[in-house]
Amino acid sequence: MKPKQLILALALTLGAATLAHAGDSVKIGYITDLSGVYSAVDGPGGEAAIKMAIHDFGGSVLGRKIELMDFDHQNKADLAAAKAKEYLSQDGVDMLLGGTNSATALAMAPIAAQYKKPFIVVGAGASSIVGKQCTPYTVMYAYNTTALARGTASAVIKHGGKSWYFLTADYAFGKSLEDEAAKVVNADGGKVVGQVLAPLGASDFSSYMLQAQASKAQVLGLANAGGDADNAIKQANQFGVTKSMKLAGLLLFLTDIHSVGLPAAQGLYLTTPWYWNQNAQSRAWAERYFKQMKAMPTFLQAGDYSAVMSYLKAVKAAGTTDGTKVMAEMRKMKVNDMYMHGGSMRPSGLMIHDMYLMQVKTPAESKEPWDYYKLVQTIPGNEAFGPAAAYGCSLEK
Amino acid sequence: MTELFGVPVALLLGQLLLGLVNGAFYAMLSLGLAVIFGLMDEVNFAHGAFFMMGAMFTWMGGQYFHLNFWWMLLLAPLLVGLVGMLVERLMLRRLRGMDPIYGLLLTFGLTLLIEGVFRSFYGVAGEPYSPPDLLGGTLDLGFMYLPLYYVFAMLASLLVCLGTWLLIERTKLGAYLRAGTENPSLVQAFGINFPLLVMLTFAFGSALAGLAGVLAAPIIQVSPLMGSNLIIVVFAIVVIGGMGSVMGAIVSGLALGVIEGLAKVFYSPISTTVVFILMAVVLTVRPAGLFGKEK
Repeated sequence: MKPKQLILALALTLGAATLAHAGDSVKIGYITDLSGVYSAVDGPGGEAAIKMAIHDFGGSVLGRKIELMDFDHQNKADLAAAKAKEYLSQDGVDMLLGGTNSATALAMAPIAAQYKKPFIVVGAGASSIVGKQCTPYTVMYAYNTTALARGTASAVIKHGGKSWYFLTADYAFGKSLEDEAAKVVNADGGKVVGQVLAPLGASDFSSYMLQAQASKAQVLGLANAGGDADNAIKQANQFGVTKSMKLAGLLLFLTDIHSVGLPAAQGLYLTTPWYWNQNAQSRAWAERYFKQMKAMPTFLQAGDYSAVMSYLKAVKAAGTTDGTKVMAEMRKMKVNDMYMHGGSMRPSGLMIHDMYLMQVKTPAESKEPWDYYKLVQTIPGNEAFGPAAAYGCSLEK
Repeated sequence: MTELFGVPVALLLGQLLLGLVNGAFYAMLSLGLAVIFGLMDEVNFAHGAFFMMGAMFTWMGGQYFHLNFWWMLLLAPLLVGLVGMLVERLMLRRLRGMDPIYGLLLTFGLTLLIEGVFRSFYGVAGEPYSPPDLLGGTLDLGFMYLPLYYVFAMLASLLVCLGTWLLIERTKLGAYLRAGTENPSLVQAFGINFPLLVMLTFAFGSALAGLAGVLAAPIIQVSPLMGSNLIIVVFAIVVIGGMGSVMGAIVSGLALGVIEGLAKVFYSPISTTVVFILMAVVLTVRPAGLFGKEK
């Protein structure tokens, strides 16, 4: 390149960079697993849901265009943190939407707090995000491991599954899920007889199945998610684990049931904040989503939509994108939409809303494609998420 | 229950057996790579993608054409072999004689392309595929339940490994191939169409990956990313066995399966790393790998 051209190119780049800094648009930064083991439950589907929200909101707020930026963190906390920093410090992103993987969410939270911008966690589930590591700018919107464990574990114990063996994904989320479930098991008169840690993204669970069988426990608790949970359930069937033990999936998504298939998944208990067919409003939204994505949305994808809508409403009410003012607005809001009814935020940033204990239908009970769950029990929000004191967040005092 | 090192013997036995099953898989996958490397000096990074295609084709055959597992066991490797043939004829051949790094880059790019195409059509969630009814049962061995299908997959893999070894080391065709590796122009001078042989070898190596994919389909989720999850491990196995050594690939594949299985019992978090530790050790002691020849 000749010097003249080089200078021109530089000038153009700089010009573009300045434009990006001008803050013309309201920017949402969506950082999630877009291609890996968790991308089916959130990922590109979540992106589509966010675009639906931006579209439904009219494409602009406070007279400024709403823009979505996304990044594939590949389940690496360092990548997520670096991108979050770049988004907030250089790209002028106004809100971070955290996708799947708790390790990445825990890495991003302090950065959002440092730049005083809302960080809405939808995909990640470790309760410590709004517990010991809470910040005034973190919102935990959809679910957490406490609610999942309380819902599913207590239901399984009620049905006779007293002794538990855990198959746990070897990182923050899996361990948090196992801890929470073990607490419930012990509190309800059950017993944990053992556990094994499996690396994230392992495709072969057969040897863990043998270890589970050797433990002679009544229940195999799956403290994992996504592709890991799918493979584990499939192989539990193949190795006859389901003959001697009950399976309890502590975090199961609709897409998991879809890819495992009802014959292998039937009878499983699971806890979810949302199901596409739970009411007319959710069904209408899910059908719109289905037209685009050819799959029914998971509770994360629906949660992405709802979270962005809530954020934009808060921006509109606050009349600014100033993070602190928007957070104050979000704390006052009652969320009533296709996702939750009477949703409200605790000082820790945890959104409280009802959770649903579901059981996976048998092939005979399923009447249409994606008709997978039957409602066993609605768990009121405060009961599901448990007392605030148990989280140990300093903002609760 | 009797115990060994604090682990019930039944559990240990079960793990060994499962390790052999996994090892047979690894062996077959590394075999395809080793054949291609040994005979063509080509590092085929697209091997994982071929493996994935074998599994995807199997699923697609059932989904769209109602072809059962047995049909696909025959058809999918042929199809993948055909793809391999095209890749060799249209692309790799042009890189002959150049630094192997070009071939590596090309096949790596192909992997991304093939994966991307499948991903855009089928997503990453994974599609379920059930074992054929005939093999759907479970064998009660007393100390464990072993799905019949696993037994079948292990035997089939071992058979294929043995067949390939015999083909390359004990037949005239194999002799031509091995001679061609040493001196292609001399082999040509004897009236053997060596470029054709190379193309068929590449197709054969790819078909082996495809076959492994078919056999894996009922065991793990069929998904566009299943290949890239495995390929690094398989590469490590080939390196441990000695690049290009057919026997090395088979032996180290089986051994790694067993070692990984044992690692899962004693200290599970290390099970994904153990292969690389092993590789480092082997390379320090024998830089050419266990069965490799120094060049």
